Amino acid sequence: MSNTMRSVAIMGAVAAAFASQTATPADAAAKEKCYGISLAGENDCAAGPGTTCAGTSTVDYQGNAWTLVDAGTCAEIDLPDLADGSPRTGSLEELDRDLPA
Amino acid sequence: MLDATRTPPRLPCAPGVGYKPQHFSDLRAAPGPIGWLEVHAENYMGDGGRPHAQLRALRDDFAISVHGVGLSIGGEGPLDKDHLDRLKSLMTWLEPASFSEHLAWSTHGTEFLDDLLPLPYTEATLARVASHIDQVQDVLGRQMLLENPSSYLAFADSTMSETDFLSELVQRTGCGLLLDVNNVFISATNLNYTPEGYLDAYPIHAVGEIHVGGHDADADDAGAPLLIDSHGRATADPVWALLDHALAATGSAPVLVEWDNDVPHWATLRAEAERAAHALATATAP
Amino acid sequence: MPADQTQFRTALLDPTLPVPVGLTDGAGQPTTKRFAVYRNNVTVALTEALKTAFPVLVSLLGRDSFDQLARLFVRTHPPTSPLMMHYGAHMPAFLSDFPPLSHIKYLSDVARLELALRQSYHAADMDPFDASRLGRLDADRIMASTLTLAPATILIPSVWPLFDIWRYNTQSGAPKPRAMAQPVLITRAEFDPEPHPLTPAQAAWLTKIMDGATLVAAQDSAMAVDPGFDLSALLTLLIQNNAIANFTTPKD
Repeated sequence: MSNTMRSVAIMGAVAAAFASQTATPADAAAKEKCYGISLAGENDCAAGPGTTCAGTSTVDYQGNAWTLVDAGTCAEIDLPDLADGSPRTGSLEELDRDLPA
Repeated sequence: MLDATRTPPRLPCAPGVGYKPQHFSDLRAAPGPIGWLEVHAENYMGDGGRPHAQLRALRDDFAISVHGVGLSIGGEGPLDKDHLDRLKSLMTWLEPASFSEHLAWSTHGTEFLDDLLPLPYTEATLARVASHIDQVQDVLGRQMLLENPSSYLAFADSTMSETDFLSELVQRTGCGLLLDVNNVFISATNLNYTPEGYLDAYPIHAVGEIHVGGHDADADDAGAPLLIDSHGRATADPVWALLDHALAATGSAPVLVEWDNDVPHWATLRAEAERAAHALATATAP
Repeated sequence: MPADQTQFRTALLDPTLPVPVGLTDGAGQPTTKRFAVYRNNVTVALTEALKTAFPVLVSLLGRDSFDQLARLFVRTHPPTSPLMMHYGAHMPAFLSDFPPLSHIKYLSDVARLELALRQSYHAADMDPFDASRLGRLDADRIMASTLTLAPATILIPSVWPLFDIWRYNTQSGAPKPRAMAQPVLITRAEFDPEPHPLTPAQAAWLTKIMDGATLVAAQDSAMAVDPGFDLSALLTLLIQNNAIANFTTPKD
């Protein structure tokens, strides 16, 4: 691509983008879209609720427990093209084939 | 030893609550008797965002107490210098009315175990904790309050009582105390002593703040009651009675309601604060 | 010899070890159940922290599987900082190395996305960049400019439909993930981090910009991926979400 064409492409994008800017003052009181993130990773000084057994049970991950993955949405997500075990380098050229037409 | 002339203003002798972000709007719309809020220091040690913005808004209406849960004052190793620096930064911009931490350890080497772990009460522990408190008060340039823990077990090699241990710390460092009467009730039940006896031996003159909160009940190997400091329900009646007992000795004091697990709607937490307000009014009635 | 904190810590996280010596009930008798309170506190507190931190992983694996996974994780990777807001940084590597789950190759990217959402939430605030001052600059100087992105702006490269997977597990009625590469950009216009799906060409542009490259170099990089690359949509997204901290033009 020529310098002129690149320049036109970049300047056009810059002009369109800054025309879209709107000032929105941040308000701490604004309702959170989702409390999930704000509550994740809170430190507190309470003891663990519930019974005392969670801390004393062991985990055997070679046992049957992992068939429980079926209880999650993993089992509903079918991505055969991507999960076929063939090596994928993740290079951007290769990714092109995954783009919708 | 702390220079007492630099002690900042104290918290108001009113009810406070442990601040939870989900109460931000309701709390400001209908604060009830709330005069101050307590926040856990570590939750405001990020670089910015909503947590900082909320604190900047809240401090216009409420006195703020910063309550650390990660300094590991009782740790065998040195205090985490990076963590102390983060605490200093928070205290500098927020300018809270109080800073408190726990008589416990939570860090081992570089690992943070996210619990308040117990200490044997010996001369060696006393010297170490006193030196850590000195260091914190030096870095922050102010007095700190130290909270009594909930105990689930005892150490065979302890050589002094918890109340003697706390008295000696106050003498050596000039620190104040955060009296958690729920923790007193839990420890007394779990270790077979009377909570009133504990309070009678406790250095009550050094109290700068009182905590109440909820606990759960379990049983130990022998079937004896084992109370757990879950902060997941309303404060139990015997703990309110113990608050009355403590307030009879302290006179008025800042009283905090803690509720950290299964956090209720604001109205429920505020009702707990109203109960604390009633206890304060009764204690200071002529 | 009474238990020191090293022995206490080791027994806390390994329930197969005996209770350290010198710990008693109120009457001086040895106790197992009382030490279990601390074992429980540590395990439950850290497990619950992971559940609130990785809700999409919980949904993908199911609660029971995630509980098992979390219990293994907390014992092998306890926090290395008292700031629980950043706990779980080892989760992406843990998932890719964990034999029972390593065949689900997108899990690590999901963990990276969930870590980045928290990182963005707590990132430093920034005054929005005033784009109107660009109007005074000529084309050559704009082409040679570099951008500084806001601290809350984070790119998560992925060869998986990462945005679709996130949306499918967080929004009811969302469509199933499509088989496509979908890197994710997180922006924080005010206080709420928001994930956006990117094309690989857009991700290539952002990667260059984050490395400090000029607009023209980033354009070349994106066009090498997709010759039809149009910057407008991405730049508009960045500006509308306050993702640009500064626009640095070359010195005269």
